[in-house]
Amino acid sequence: MKKHFWQKGFILLTLITLMACAALETATTVATTVGEATGTITKEQGQSIRKSTTAVAKSLEDFTPEQEYYIGRTVGAVVLGKYQPLADTKANTYLNTLGQTLAQASDMPELFAGYSFLVLDSDDINAFATPGGHIFITRGLLRCCRTEDALAAVLAHEIGHVQLRHGMKAIEKARMTEAFTVLAQEGAKSLGSQEVAQLTQAFGGVISDITNTMINNGYSRSYEYQADAASLSILKRLGYNPGALIDMLGVMDKQIKPGGSDFAKTHPSPQNRIAELKDSEKSIVGGEPPAVRKERFTKAVGHLLR
Amino acid sequence: MLRYTSMVVCLILLGSLLFGATAVAQRTMSVQVKEGQLRATPSHLGKIVARATYGSQVIILEERGAWKRVSLGSGKKQGWMHNTALTNKRIALKAGQSNVGTSVTRDEIALAGKGFNEEVEAQYRKSNKNLDYTWINKMEASKVTQEQMEDFISGGRLTLGGEGGRP
Repeated sequence: MKKHFWQKGFILLTLITLMACAALETATTVATTVGEATGTITKEQGQSIRKSTTAVAKSLEDFTPEQEYYIGRTVGAVVLGKYQPLADTKANTYLNTLGQTLAQASDMPELFAGYSFLVLDSDDINAFATPGGHIFITRGLLRCCRTEDALAAVLAHEIGHVQLRHGMKAIEKARMTEAFTVLAQEGAKSLGSQEVAQLTQAFGGVISDITNTMINNGYSRSYEYQADAASLSILKRLGYNPGALIDMLGVMDKQIKPGGSDFAKTHPSPQNRIAELKDSEKSIVGGEPPAVRKERFTKAVGHLLR
Repeated sequence: MLRYTSMVVCLILLGSLLFGATAVAQRTMSVQVKEGQLRATPSHLGKIVARATYGSQVIILEERGAWKRVSLGSGKKQGWMHNTALTNKRIALKAGQSNVGTSVTRDEIALAGKGFNEEVEAQYRKSNKNLDYTWINKMEASKVTQEQMEDFISGGRLTLGGEGGRP
């Protein structure tokens, strides 16, 4: 009888201890999650901070890569409303191989659905990158590239815009608040048709903010210089000659038409970009890439350069 | 008998304490890309050893530069993932999904498909019929395989040595 009592006691004690451990684990997990999400503050601090700032402290970080992907798809569709795609499998395949390889060497190698590239059938000198990783380059800009290294420099500049989230930064503050107000109502429940309508309206606003900046007004000069700097570091990481960016800008300088609605309007002049690059990177020089790279470049896009 | 029982109980207690200690040290993150890859080495040219779907939770085992060695599916699969494929937020695949738990607040959850999603795109397209997504879908389908990328790098006398955030 006494033995049974002790056995029951031990079993009970074991159960209590196990339950305590489980509770501790849950508590720790929650605390860790909060700690990770907010830095080093405690759960209580986090909650009180959150309560007072729910309506305001919404930022770019609250857009998931999935949402940026959907924004990017529609921004891309708007670009394709202005420029026709070039249905050239050989050129587009080469562009994707080169571009996706460059993206792996960037600081933002992983996007929700990865990077994708397309040539646009236009003589304008232009290129676009959506927040979802859709990157477009016109035939006119392709003609400014005499080598694979130069083309790599152009694509890496566009990857730089994605990496630095320049497209997303073009979204007006008021628009951001509009979108997040709808999202805040939702909580963890699914959306009703009213919310979908509101959200679609906010979405339309976000798209026009981004496309207006990207296509019509251009980013700030500093964003373009930042993208050039990102391009250099991507080129170096892969073993391309960073000087190819300067070579490309030199050709562009001769081909760009003042007063045009393309890079002539939306970008700093090639001369200024070259000066900025040489300022930060004294030893930068152009040069010829190895024969193998020349050969495959001509084979893939040579027919588009004429 | 009593001695035997108490020994077993002590072992269980010790075991649960150790388990508790392990649980405290574990850090969990969620996969925030459509399809994440676990690689044998911390490089985008590392062999793919497993794939992790959107919203999968992984346990961080080790960090090196911009790479994290993670374990997936109760440790059966282990490999390296790039920082940019992971988030501290918990991604719930469906609204009200139970795995999120009630203790987690809204700001710590990223709801998959929440916000600007397929449904919003479909709605937007209804009132913007001029927009054509055919080529967007086509370009998204042009995925370059790892083998093609390796050939492109070696064939062009390039390297992926100084990869983004690589140690």
